[in-house]
Amino acid sequence: MKQPTLIIEAGRSEKNYWLDLWRYRELFLILAWRDISVRYKQTFVGVSWALLQPFLQIVVFTLVFSWLLNTPSEGDAPYAIMAFAAMLPWQFFATALTNSSQSVVGSSNLISKVYFPRLIVPCASMVVCLIDFLIASLIFGLLALWYQFLPDWRILTLPFFLLVAFLAALGPGLLIAAMNVRYRDFRYVLPFIIQFGLYASAVPISLSLIREKLLALPYGEHLYQLYCLNPMVGVIDGFRWALLGGESQLYWPGFCISLAAILIMLWVGIHFFRKTERTFADII
Amino acid sequence: MTPIISVEHLSKTYKISHQNNRPDSFREVVGSYLKFNRLKKKAPEFETFYALNDVSFEIQEGEVLGIIGSNGAGKSTLLKILSRITEPTSGRVCLNGRVASLLEVGTGFHPELTGRENIFLNGSILGMEHSEIRKKFDEIVDFSGVERFLDTPVKRYSSGMYVRLAFSVAAHLEPEILLVDEVLAVGDIRFQKKCLQKMKDVSQTGRTVLFVSHNLTAIRTLCTSCLWVGQGQIQFNGKTSECIEKYIASNSKSSSNSYWENPESAFKEDRVRVARVKASRDEDGIVKNDFFTMNSPITIQIKVETKQSLHFRATLHFLIKSGEIAFTSYGQPEREQDEKSPAGSYEFTCTVPADLLNEEIYSIRLIIFEDWIHELVVLEDVISLDVRDTTTRELGAWQGREPGPLHPKLNWEVKSQ
Repeated sequence: MKQPTLIIEAGRSEKNYWLDLWRYRELFLILAWRDISVRYKQTFVGVSWALLQPFLQIVVFTLVFSWLLNTPSEGDAPYAIMAFAAMLPWQFFATALTNSSQSVVGSSNLISKVYFPRLIVPCASMVVCLIDFLIASLIFGLLALWYQFLPDWRILTLPFFLLVAFLAALGPGLLIAAMNVRYRDFRYVLPFIIQFGLYASAVPISLSLIREKLLALPYGEHLYQLYCLNPMVGVIDGFRWALLGGESQLYWPGFCISLAAILIMLWVGIHFFRKTERTFADII
Repeated sequence: MTPIISVEHLSKTYKISHQNNRPDSFREVVGSYLKFNRLKKKAPEFETFYALNDVSFEIQEGEVLGIIGSNGAGKSTLLKILSRITEPTSGRVCLNGRVASLLEVGTGFHPELTGRENIFLNGSILGMEHSEIRKKFDEIVDFSGVERFLDTPVKRYSSGMYVRLAFSVAAHLEPEILLVDEVLAVGDIRFQKKCLQKMKDVSQTGRTVLFVSHNLTAIRTLCTSCLWVGQGQIQFNGKTSECIEKYIASNSKSSSNSYWENPESAFKEDRVRVARVKASRDEDGIVKNDFFTMNSPITIQIKVETKQSLHFRATLHFLIKSGEIAFTSYGQPEREQDEKSPAGSYEFTCTVPADLLNEEIYSIRLIIFEDWIHELVVLEDVISLDVRDTTTRELGAWQGREPGPLHPKLNWEVKSQ
């Protein structure tokens, strides 16, 4: 396996960066596997935490929004199911964003001692969130059983929306990961984004309710489209559409706007990350 | 033949800020923008520090190149650039082969994972493929000698086991170019021996090794050629022995020559004064005094002037770093019993034989005694001898300094019965 001549030069954007990324795919898998196996080594704590957190939040939401405030649900689905359908991608997004933005600083020992495409680190750190997501999905299943609620064929489109959620977390994740290397206080911004985003992305509220209220205002349609610039709005709308079935509707223009926002963030994230990753080892 | 590594005009600079005015937090960045440039911008007090400055060299396939130099000379930066961890500021490097770098033993080991899991983790991090690791797994485990603890988390390993396991993974890398940084600094003698043996094996299969170490004896044993890096530049590139000698001479702590032209400054006692103390080594007829070696004799010359007839002698104390006296020795003018030596100039010559001193910096104290008991002159640290080991040892041998203040060559006879 003779390798072609490798040239190292200042500022040389490696032509085979993406090829390199592919060549290091095993490292990606191994790092992801490491995170998963470390997280679930002390199995009980790992799994129950992933189960408990979203579940308790749903209990609180159901009590406050549905029981106390009579917030309507989407279509004919029970409120708890509707809230959980949004909680699934939101929880995934929040942990993936947190993990990826801490990942580069967290593996400074690797970065200062070995070469590999740095992009692997934040990506691999998000994989463990997929496992959490699967576990939380089980709870959703149990909840659906409890309410005797049966999703229809649209549930098959779920992987697509999960992918969109993954990309939605990856873009800002890369950006914050790279910023974190230089400015360590950036991590304090994150809990705020996540706390605020839970409500800003309408996890406990039906999107059609928001749309209804906005449409009553002048330029309502455009206001709602502006609202859809929040990437997670599209993702949550998609998740609800796929899981709740029945009468729930997906607002396609809004979804496309969210998707566009996600792709732009992703582009910005990757570019910023790649531009700064060469100096990671020097300043980490 | 095209060289396997060629480095052309390589430089790497770091900016050092003196006022600590580089913002370390995002808050400060925002803050600095909000100040609206009320004051004229202060000139940034940056100093450009050259970790590497215009370095060029070539390495042929199969060469084992030692890289030496003092701390902060740029050795590690060089390896980091070659292994693509950091990029150069200018210049270029051409690599004609797969590079594996071993800048640390056990990079990426996770304490919660078992030995078995860490072998795979560490292997991939160092650039091995999964199938390759699986193929060599048994070999790696054998080499490390920790079979019994394979399924124990490495956080429960002793530090020795940890290092052995980590090194065995690294030892089974099969790159065309291997970069090694100071791994001998860890581990015991058995580990060190294994380490060197493995590097020797690697080089004998035609692979290229770059080996950074402070252990000059190991470099001498292992390397075909040697690069001395100092202050970010190449000071010397060539034959190992020559390179090491130049390096030692440059940072030798010997001060082998003390003399006093002004008589008053030399001594308080007015009957005798020391004019000069000088040490030199004679190597193949050339007198050198930059540093001294364990296996060549050292000549110490002492010039003493007396103003009246005296009964005196010169005593040398050889002190080691801890301040203890390793040994003492004295000499005196030839004379009859109880007869005083006339006033005049005397030159004492003392020869310290080869194969007596150890690798050590000896500080010499000179005392002039009168009548055995009166100290006429005491000169602390009048000269110091930086004695180095320049012998080549066989591969399996201990490559470090032998303990003890002295390392004399004694006669040994061994009979098998």
